[in-house]
Amino acid sequence: MALLTVENLTVTFPSRHGSTNAIENVTIHVEPGEILGMVGESGAGKSMTGAAIIGLLEPPGHISSGEIRLEGERIDNLPPAAMRRIRGRRIGAIFQDPLTSLNPVLTVGDQLIETIRAHLPLTKEAARERAIDWLRRVGIPAPEKRIDTYPHQYSGGMRQRVVIALALCAEPRLIIADEPTTALDVSVQAQIIALLRRLARETGAAVVLVTHDMGVIAETADRVAVMYAGRIVEVGPVAEVLTHPRHPYTAGLMASIPRIGPRPEILPQIEGAMPRPASRPAGCAFAPRCPYRIDRCIAERPALRGTGAAQVSCHLAEEIPV
Amino acid sequence: MFGFLVRRIVQSVFVMLAVALIAFMMFRFMGDPVNSMVSENASVAEREEVRARLGLDQPLYVQYARFVTRAAQGDFGLSWRNARPVSTLLAERFPATAELVLVAAGLSLVLGIPLGILTALRPRALSTQTLQFISLVGISLPTFVTGILLILTFSVWLGWLPSFGRGTVVDVGWWSTGFLTTTGLKALILPSVMLCLFQLTLIMRLVRAEMMEVLRTDYIKFARARGLSDRAIHFHHALRNTLIPVITIFGLQLGGLIAFAIITETVFQWPGMGALFIQAVSFGDVPVMAAYLVLVSLIFVTINTIVDLLYVVLDPRLRVDGARGAH
Repeated sequence: MALLTVENLTVTFPSRHGSTNAIENVTIHVEPGEILGMVGESGAGKSMTGAAIIGLLEPPGHISSGEIRLEGERIDNLPPAAMRRIRGRRIGAIFQDPLTSLNPVLTVGDQLIETIRAHLPLTKEAARERAIDWLRRVGIPAPEKRIDTYPHQYSGGMRQRVVIALALCAEPRLIIADEPTTALDVSVQAQIIALLRRLARETGAAVVLVTHDMGVIAETADRVAVMYAGRIVEVGPVAEVLTHPRHPYTAGLMASIPRIGPRPEILPQIEGAMPRPASRPAGCAFAPRCPYRIDRCIAERPALRGTGAAQVSCHLAEEIPV
Repeated sequence: MFGFLVRRIVQSVFVMLAVALIAFMMFRFMGDPVNSMVSENASVAEREEVRARLGLDQPLYVQYARFVTRAAQGDFGLSWRNARPVSTLLAERFPATAELVLVAAGLSLVLGIPLGILTALRPRALSTQTLQFISLVGISLPTFVTGILLILTFSVWLGWLPSFGRGTVVDVGWWSTGFLTTTGLKALILPSVMLCLFQLTLIMRLVRAEMMEVLRTDYIKFARARGLSDRAIHFHHALRNTLIPVITIFGLQLGGLIAFAIITETVFQWPGMGALFIQAVSFGDVPVMAAYLVLVSLIFVTINTIVDLLYVVLDPRLRVDGARGAH
């Protein structure tokens, strides 16, 4: 059984001028121990999907249709108290900016112990032991001493390690990592990704890794879902999607990664910009920027189709030689 | 921490010296004090004799140094109006003002912080809208108007509370307190409500704004994502971050309370330092005015130093001499 299944999830933001769907009909599944990468440009809806899964959509945004199941149990319509027991205990979350994710006035130990005791029936002393142990596991040197220090006494990379410890200290089965390395130095990024992958393997947790960095996906994820304008346009095993992309958008993303070697005159890029939620075209949302566009693309929105592991939503998936 | 304290105390000493200079200058602005002490037809020799006896013939800086030395020992000379030592007059009046300000400050904190939290957590509720409206009225009405309205309602119409004075006071050592008798406590209610109203609304609005700001931060989102209870998030994570700016404003406003107490004391004929100061102004009693100025400044400076120390307790990022992490 899949650890997490998201079926036809639509998140709607009502407003005075009518409601807009931030994400539409998103369907993903995550197997135990798997790392699912979610890529796409800013505003594509990848972070929104993560927020919907942990039940922390910013009001007035809400799930208007579809369902989310964790280990077979529906979690998208749980009362707040029940959802709170799932957050941290069964689904952990890591956010983008480690500099602002930690409370500046509480020690690292306070924050860890509080989180551990919110989910596990431990005494203060036992929780402290566990907190020290977790700091050691995420690679904080001298954790017995560092536990009583404040976040501002840590560097950015060290703080992201603390954030990971906080997200994992109650051993959730699923981790939603929303751009966990974007705010970090390149040299630190690889360390954090390696740490996340190692801990996921050790605890058997699955990871939904939200990022716009194709490189991170390529070296970390088992499968990848590509999002564009609130929908999944292509999903499949990393090796297959990245080497043989079948959606023109994925192909464009892959072509835009600069390569070392002779520099081209013009950096390859996808012309135009992603449409905003309120002004998405009726047909394929990528059609206005697509070099292979045909009349049908403007008239009819393609469904996600395909057999087996890889699926794509493009009318021309079988015909375009990308 | 110790170095910080020493630095602050040295700064405070300079502030107090400057204030003392202003207080000292007041004596000059009121004209030649000798004129008001000798009879109109006194001879020049007699005038010079008085001048010499009071030390007024010496250079200004010597007079200033003597003023500061005496003030530091609590000696501000004799009141020109009733020829009693100024320090005794102030000591008699100080407890009344201190109790009034203490109760008003306490009320504004005890009511202002919870109301601010409540309105921040339920920004759209009817109770919030109502409180916001009332607080706007409270912040805009001049305090003497609210004082008179309070007297009209609770003393004249309802007859529940006294409209003036301190009621019966009990002497505890040199301190006369109104806390120990029913009439004393009843007499405190209206003046302290009047005095605290402005601070109360200010603190409520400040706490609300800060709290709403803090609740939007990433660390609160991350705390929610870890499944912490609302209670822990609001009171453990958010409140401490909210209180840091609130403490600054409160510290500054506490000085303001002492200053505003002059109006309250006048409206309620409260026998405090403010009332004494108003009398001194109308009689041109410079030693009392000067001493009041110095005393109030001393209280201001002390409060601000305490506030700065509290910062360091609340915000670990300001503990500069703590160990820095490896970068």
